[in-house]
Amino acid sequence: MASTITSPATADDRVSARSVGARLLSRPEIGSLVGAAVILVFFLIAAPPFRDINNTGTILYQAALVGVMAVPVALLMIGGEFDLSAGVAVTTSGLTAGLFAYQFSVNVWLGILIALAVSLAVGAFNGWLLMRTGLPSFLVTLGTFFILQGLNIAVTRLASGAVASNSISDMDGFGAAQKVFASEFKLGGVTIKIIIVWWIVFVAIAAWVLLKTQIGNWIFAVGGDAAAARAVGVPVKKVKIGLFMAVGFFAWFAGMQLLFVQNGVVQSGEGVGKEFVYIIAAVVGGCLLTGGYGSVAGGAIGALIFGMVQLGVVYAGWNPDWFKAFLGTMLLLATIVNLVVKNRAEAR
Amino acid sequence: MTTTESFASEAANSPTAPIVHLEDVGKSYGNIQALRGVSLSVRQGEITCVLGDNGAGKSTLIKIIAGLHDYTSGTMSVNGEERHFASPRESLDSGIATVYQDLALAPLMSVWRNFFLGNELTRGPFRQLDERAMKRIANEELTKMGISIPDLEQPVGKLSGGQRQCVAIARAIHFGAKVLILDEPTAALGVNQSGVVLKYVVKARDAGIGVIFITHNPHHAYLVGNHFVVLKLGRVALDTQRADITLEQLTTEMAGGSELEALSHELRDLAPDAVADVQDAIQAQEKE
Ligand SMILES: Nc1ncnc2c1ncn2[C@@H]1O[C@H](COP(=O)(O)OP(=O)(O)OP(=O)(O)O)[C@@H](O)[C@H]1O
Ligand SMILES: [Mg+2]
Repeated sequence: MASTITSPATADDRVSARSVGARLLSRPEIGSLVGAAVILVFFLIAAPPFRDINNTGTILYQAALVGVMAVPVALLMIGGEFDLSAGVAVTTSGLTAGLFAYQFSVNVWLGILIALAVSLAVGAFNGWLLMRTGLPSFLVTLGTFFILQGLNIAVTRLASGAVASNSISDMDGFGAAQKVFASEFKLGGVTIKIIIVWWIVFVAIAAWVLLKTQIGNWIFAVGGDAAAARAVGVPVKKVKIGLFMAVGFFAWFAGMQLLFVQNGVVQSGEGVGKEFVYIIAAVVGGCLLTGGYGSVAGGAIGALIFGMVQLGVVYAGWNPDWFKAFLGTMLLLATIVNLVVKNRAEAR
Repeated sequence: MTTTESFASEAANSPTAPIVHLEDVGKSYGNIQALRGVSLSVRQGEITCVLGDNGAGKSTLIKIIAGLHDYTSGTMSVNGEERHFASPRESLDSGIATVYQDLALAPLMSVWRNFFLGNELTRGPFRQLDERAMKRIANEELTKMGISIPDLEQPVGKLSGGQRQCVAIARAIHFGAKVLILDEPTAALGVNQSGVVLKYVVKARDAGIGVIFITHNPHHAYLVGNHFVVLKLGRVALDTQRADITLEQLTTEMAGGSELEALSHELRDLAPDAVADVQDAIQAQEKE
């Protein structure tokens, strides 16, 4: 509207523009970046095998296993919700593809497509139920967590008579699918698993969507204040259901990786507890538990910290029992660092 | 007060067909009847002031028009067509923009992102956000409003209440509303910023927008209003054109009229020196 109001718009001289440094420090992932650097230096000193370039591929692989799922979990957290079923949903996806292809003796790719449909449907169901009931996502997804955990084991036993799915490694399409989801290649002597490449691609796309598109703007808004977002016309329900379906999509992808890296067999009890690892990666990366704030890159750094610590403990020759304690400490430290850094940046 | 006179002279009646018309509308929240038999017309180029005490049902009334709540009885027509809005999007698409009292903006998001929330500008084949254009326009519109926010990357939660109102109003007007609903926009503002908001309200009216202006303050209402509706306990207690009422009458009506007079008598009996007359009581209430 071309209105021409002449008002005394003298600049407010109490406010000075924030320095570049302060702006950089107010990025959500800055705390985790500092943490990652500290951990890197620590293990470079404490664990000699950590310095071996050949182990870099292994560390990145561990990080990518968590990182792929940390992408949608971070987006969902920024959108103000949790998904406790994310860990077992990965197993559900792998089992679905494996069991379907084997039981119906069809091409592996058909099983993969069915698994995609099932994974998206689980996500859509979580989102729909949440929007329909208005219950907290903690409760709704706790329900789906138990349902999926039970179904994984029960259906597998029913179909294969064992606790793992039947091997599909000699079936049509297996080779090509394994190339896509679980192959590896050499890069300057370092063995790189293909999932690392996928992880980087996913992080780049998701970060772009979050910061540079309308959908991204809406994700921040529904997490920050869903009522205000709805009032200005943001389709809150669609955004939230979409986020849960994104978790479904990535669970599908991670499930395929699981299936094809283990030569076509998935253990039905797998995945329990992983949901917390994904949430930890997102929180360590600076996502606010209450929504409306965070970044995809932060989730990736959180996953990287996870990978470094997990293997660092091993490379340092310590008992792996220490890993969980270390991880919990990391979580606490990271959240405190995030808080302090954020407060200081805002105080400038 | 020179501004009073200029606003008063501008506030002439301009009867046209109503854009939004409510007939006998009621709304209950479970067993609470928040609105009962409310009729109201909003016309282009006219400012309709809705006044009333806390809990009178003002916010409920505008939430119906804004599509946040559906009404439970009566009819609402928009552009002559009977409507039940299922979501605020439908109301927005009918050209009704609302600045809410209690829910305005996402606090952790930056000023420019909030300004364009729901109406983001995009460019290129991948529909990327056009950040530069959005920042520029947000800056221009806010400068017109008379508030300067040097850092548009600042989260909205860090702005003052008045600045937040201005962002929300500037946004509603920028996106070309035909009807603009303002729920107590001046309640949290200082004298200067209230003046700026009132000027903006008048500008919006002159641009042909139908404005619904909700306020506690009869002075602010009388400065700009063409038409006054006073709500009391969910019912319309007064519905009048500007020509038929004086500021004093409006103030008395708004403050509860006869009830206030009775209160003043009661208080006089208790403490004869403390309360002079109704007028003082009203003024005291004004200053609050
Ligand atoms: N969501 C709700 N559920 C139940 N009752 C409600 C709800 N919203 C409002 N009410 C009730 O409806 C009545 C009118 O409330 P409303 O918010 O419309 O008042 P108001 O005139 O805007 O008051 P204020 O001047 O304080 O903003 C009040 O009695 C209130 O308690
Ligand atoms: Mg109100």
